[in-house]
Order: sequence, then structure tokens, then C-alpha cells
Amino acid sequence: MVWLNVLVQGVLIGGFYALFACGLSLMFGVLKVINLAHGDMAVVAGYVAVFLTPHLGLPEVWSFLIVVPIFTLAGYVLQRTLIQKSIDRDPFTTLLVTFGLSVVIENLLLEIYSANGQTVNIGDLIAKSWHPASIIYVSYVSLGVLGVAVLVLFLLQLFLSKTGTGRLIRAVADDREAAQLSGANYRHIFGVAASLAFATVALAGIAYGMMTQFAPTSGGVNLLFAFEAVVIGGIGSLWGTLVGGIALGIAQQFGAHINVQYQVLAGNVLFLAVLAIRPQGLFGRKTALA
Amino acid sequence: MTESLLEVKNLVVHHGQLKAIDDVSFGLNVGEVLAMIGANGAGKSTLLRTIAGLHRQTSGSVFFEGVDISIVAPHRRVSMGVSLVPEGRRLFSSMTLQENLQVGAFHAKKGPFNIDRIYELFDWMPSRRRQRVWQLSGGEQQAVAIGRALVANPRLLLLDELSLGLAPIIIERIYALIPEIIAQGVSILVVEQDVSQGLAVADRVHCLLEGKTSLTGVPADFTPEQVERAYFGAGLAATTSREGES
Repeated sequence: MVWLNVLVQGVLIGGFYALFACGLSLMFGVLKVINLAHGDMAVVAGYVAVFLTPHLGLPEVWSFLIVVPIFTLAGYVLQRTLIQKSIDRDPFTTLLVTFGLSVVIENLLLEIYSANGQTVNIGDLIAKSWHPASIIYVSYVSLGVLGVAVLVLFLLQLFLSKTGTGRLIRAVADDREAAQLSGANYRHIFGVAASLAFATVALAGIAYGMMTQFAPTSGGVNLLFAFEAVVIGGIGSLWGTLVGGIALGIAQQFGAHINVQYQVLAGNVLFLAVLAIRPQGLFGRKTALA
Repeated sequence: MTESLLEVKNLVVHHGQLKAIDDVSFGLNVGEVLAMIGANGAGKSTLLRTIAGLHRQTSGSVFFEGVDISIVAPHRRVSMGVSLVPEGRRLFSSMTLQENLQVGAFHAKKGPFNIDRIYELFDWMPSRRRQRVWQLSGGEQQAVAIGRALVANPRLLLLDELSLGLAPIIIERIYALIPEIIAQGVSILVVEQDVSQGLAVADRVHCLLEGKTSLTGVPADFTPEQVERAYFGAGLAATTSREGES
């Protein structure tokens, strides 16, 4: 029963990792950009939720109604300006630019809001849980985040496979030049993909703020977990990202159960094992590596 | 009365330091098939890619339907009516046959071609439309690439090395489609290494040698020796037939 609880907690946290990672996966899969500021952007979303939404007379639980549209727009604008400019130079520049963004964001947040921890206030919902068996507690918040993650991945998958714009996104990811020859303005398509990625990162940032405390520097470690989830699941596979996130979550919970210090270590060991045994990830295609 | 569709004027294109196209001029009239022949590295593909907008010329210009399109982005050229079937087919490998055609049709002009029309042209396609394109044979992939370009309803179809890596019987079958495509009001500029294939379908031929025009005119006006010389470059003087000066 103890182990069952470990498994349940792993799956729950894995849902959050997947929500966090799918934007990273999208940015890499379509734009071939490794967004090193991904974690910091999630933190920004948390701050916007905490400091902007109360001014609008909206409970913080509903902050995503404001933050997600802002981030969707910001993603498009940032892509068409700064990120596209760096893509036009070379891939290494995108690393430098997003790393620079990450540093700037962290320091701006420290300057404005200090290093104090913040949480997205959701009232007494935070303490409520479902208690199906003696020692198994399923937090409503974590369950909600897992549900949102599955819903987001499902909607993304639906959009990419069933709509014309979604198909163009996949076409650009497959072969940018051939997509241009089919009439697609790849810069616009990049912008749309970045919008989607930013919308998901906004949700992830708010979810993080609901589950735990965040501070200006919280982005880094979450970025690492998101990377691991994407690589374990397989680059370019959205459902793979969910499985990767859950696998990472379970590994971490098992590690933590043996010794709290082993939590991150166990996740990293799984990550390295997947890299060594199946480098394309659990659901990745071998050709994606070429 | 022939109507000019494409006019390439004094085009110079560089690949880094290398001058890939050196002062090439030619025209293509509505309803015509022009074969661009030449050895490996003569600059044929570069020329097509420049017309499609994937390469920027160093100097010179490209006119399409009388409009200078030299600085128009490639995706805009598609909606103007210029479609390239790239060398190596370049299908969207994670997608099905039908999805590849749907991508091609998304920004299509109005015209005779749509996905159903492509399915009539290649009658094996409907039953396999849900297959991933990497499961198709080389010839089938080439057909999908042609279909993906045709559903955009181009006025000018640029075909780059259709025959590359395909069996002769398949090449013949693909070239047999050209009259049908022309009949729909599409003009074709075809690049071929396979000279006999290029000459067989073309109204006019243009040979490139190291980026320069080495021969231009009507295929029937040239002896095989003349073509050979233009192709391999035994004597560098350009050969021009009576009607090739237009």
C-alpha cells in the first residue's frame, strides 16, 4: 500500500511535469529552438497571476483566464521579433538569446518582487484531498493539474492533426523549406507554435504556484525536469511527453521514499538510463534524431 | 500569339563564393515545356530554387506574368502561381499521403486542381491515402510530391530532377502525365540530368554549363553532337538555333 501511494503521487506530479514540458517540446519540435527561458516564463506567469489578477477583481483561481491570453499574444510577438532574429543567425544564437532572457527575467523579478516565495492563493482548496484508502491521499489540486495536463495534450494533439493550421505546423516541423514551397509563411507558423507553447507555459506556471511556493529563481530546476520529461518521452511526441513526465515523477517519488535526498537523483538516473538504452525516447521516432 | 509567363533576365546567383549561375537569361511562354539540361553542378537546381524564391539572386531579375518577383518571399510566389517540386521530393515524412496533399491545398489558388482531381490523376492514391508517405515507393513518393504542388493550382510548375533514383518504367509513367498537366493550362520548366528524357518532352531546351548558357533552342534543331558539346563543354561557345533567340 505504501508503494501504491508512491506510485499515485508519482503519477500526480508527472502530470505537472508534462504540462510544463509540452511547450518546451513544441518549441523544440517546430522551431528547433531550445528555450532556456522556458522555466522563467512559467515563473513570470505565476507572478502575473499573483500580482495582476487581484487588481481586476478576479479570484486567483481564475487567473488563467487573464494570463493565458496575455502569454499567447506575448509568445507570438516574442517569436516574430527576438527569437526569429536569433533563428535567422544560427542555432547557437538562439541558445544565447534564450539564456540571456532567462537571466534578465530572474533579475527583474528579484528587483521588483524580492526573493520572497509566492503562491497562487486558491483558498482552502489547497488542503482538500480525496482519501480512497488508509494512507493514500490524492490532493484535489494535483488531480486538477493532471486533468488539465491531459486535456491540454489532447487539445494540442487534436489541433495539430485535424486543423489546416495544425497541419502546417507539423509540415514546418518536418521540412521548413518544403512547407514554404506549399505556400506556408514559416515565420507566421513559428509564431503560432510559440503562442501555443507560451499558453501552455502560462498554465504550468499558475499550476506550479497553486501546488507550491515559487520564487524568481524557481524556473531553472523545473526546466531541468521538463527537459528530462521530453527526452524520456521522446522528442516530438506529445503523449510521449505525458508518459515521460509520469515516468520521471514516479522515479522521483520512489527515490524520495527510499531517502528524501534521492528524489532528484532517481529522476536523473532514469533520464540517463533512457538516454543510454533508447536515445530516441520511449515514443520517439529514430529519424527524429537525424 | 504567344504570351510570356516567365522571364529570367541576366540572372547571377552565388553559393557563398561560388558563382553558381552566371548571367543566364531565358523566357517561358504560356503552355510551353522548357527543359533545362546540364551536367551535375551546372547550376540547374540553383536556377529553379532561385525562381521559386529559396535562393536570393546576386543580380538580375525574375519576372512572372510581367511582374518582377525577384524579392518576393517563396510562400508568396506559391500564391502567385509558381510551384516547385523539389529535388529529392521532400515530402512531410510524419504525415499521411492525404495530409501531404492537404498541406499543399491549404494556400491554393482557385483552379482546375483539387485533391479529388489528383486522386483521379493517380488512381492508386485513394486506397492508400491514410498511409504514411515513408511507406510509399520512390515513384509513388514522387507522384505525391507532384500532386502536392499541383493542388496549389500553379500557372508555372517547376520540376527538379523527377527521374532521380527511379526505375525507367516509373520515369516514363510520370513523364506521361505532362501533356495532361499542360492541358490544364499549366506551363512547365523541367530540370533533367537525363538528356533524352528532357528532350523528349520539351518544346524548347536550355543547356547550362558551369552556370552559363551553352545551348538554347528547339530540340529538333540540334544534332546529338551539338548537345553533347553543350552538355560536357568541349567548346565553350554558346550554340543558338534559329528560333532560340526569342
